Amino acid sequence: MAGKPKLHYTKGRGKMESVRWLLAAAGVEFEEEFIEAKEDLEKLRKDGALLFQQVPMVEIDGMKMVQTRAILSYIAGKHNLYGQDLRERALIDMYVEGTTDLMGMIMALPLQPPEAKEKNFALIIERATTRYFPVYEKVLKDHGQQFLVGNQFSWADVQLLEAILMAEEFKPDILSPFPQLQAFKGRISNIPTIKKFLQPGSQRKPPADDKFIAQVKKIFNM
Amino acid sequence: MAGKPKLYYFNGRGRMETIRWLLAAAGIEFEEQFFETREGLLKLQQDGSLLFQQVPMVEIDGMKMVQTRAILNYIAGKHSLYGKDLKERALIDMYVEATMDLNEMIMHYPIQPPETKAKHLATIIEKATTRYFPVYEKALKDHGQDFLVGNRFSRADVQLLETILMAEECKPDMLSKFPVLQAFKAKISNIPTIKKFLQPGSQRKPPLDEKLIPKVMSDIKPLALRE
Repeated sequence: MAGKPKLHYTKGRGKMESVRWLLAAAGVEFEEEFIEAKEDLEKLRKDGALLFQQVPMVEIDGMKMVQTRAILSYIAGKHNLYGQDLRERALIDMYVEGTTDLMGMIMALPLQPPEAKEKNFALIIERATTRYFPVYEKVLKDHGQQFLVGNQFSWADVQLLEAILMAEEFKPDILSPFPQLQAFKGRISNIPTIKKFLQPGSQRKPPADDKFIAQVKKIFNM
Repeated sequence: MAGKPKLYYFNGRGRMETIRWLLAAAGIEFEEQFFETREGLLKLQQDGSLLFQQVPMVEIDGMKMVQTRAILNYIAGKHSLYGKDLKERALIDMYVEATMDLNEMIMHYPIQPPETKAKHLATIIEKATTRYFPVYEKALKDHGQDFLVGNRFSRADVQLLETILMAEECKPDMLSKFPVLQAFKAKISNIPTIKKFLQPGSQRKPPLDEKLIPKVMSDIKPLALRE
């Protein structure tokens, strides 16, 4: 029951990266077991370790949790990163779902056929700068507080920072129209647990390169 | 603040249907505003009513809530359909995320181009009968209780029933190998609020009409299916 959470996934970002961010932000040490080949995934499946035959899977508090959102909600709830009440949770959920959508688009890009890539690249930039970032910019501007919800550090802040950094990898000056987000980025990056996670040698994973994409496609039969 | 929740969507299932199910299961009356064309949705976008320019949107308790999962989480939490502690919530979340994955596949089936339709249906059937339904069959069999989690009615039961019925629309004998799910289906269908929702005249929406598919593809899909 005790012991560190153990993450089962490939050695890359994918759907597990948000889980790594949240555990790190909460100051929770975790272990990782990497899936490097199809056989590793098959073994997990044969062992009955994956409720729906899929990863991410996180061994935590005696459970073998699957489904990214379920895992994130559990961690957030356990570590007081999910607001004070139902209404704050509702706001956090809305904000998190927005950043999840944006990050999902960015993550899916390397897996797309070449013809779609250029179009989707432009779409991601458009969405980030006209649909998503303006919302968070306005939220922060309107209430003038340090954190997105309830004047308290939450899952929403962690995920927004993750999305901002991912978008900047895409287009380094993407935050230029958003002064509040620039300040937010500076602030949240300086929170000790986050700062630690952003340093080299942490369990944060780099963006996927072609070699890794090829490996992922093989493992998951894509 | 008072008053019924109001749902903004087009007059079809899509991503709003699970919300209709959950409100109905909780015995909450709700209103609906349908938009039939791009113009209707554009107006909502221009009004500033849609946080991320997307629907579903539900006006509830003074909030204009968007993002399907956020809305479902709020309704479930408010109406005691989300378990009694973190661990029950974790189990419920795992179960409902999987039903939503299967729903997503089923939702996309009618709008598949003809060349991929048969393969898509085969995938739905395969996933339903080898990946998803066996899990719920086993969960119910192992604890022998009426409900999936914590011996109490929850959103997991509602969403599983919704998914079962949608899957049966794809293949009527989808549950033939799952006797426990068949019993579950009957039991949950008989809960008074659910029974009412399953009757003609309720706000439950029918499957997408084949004739409407070209219109959906050109007008609604780009806006409603999260693009």
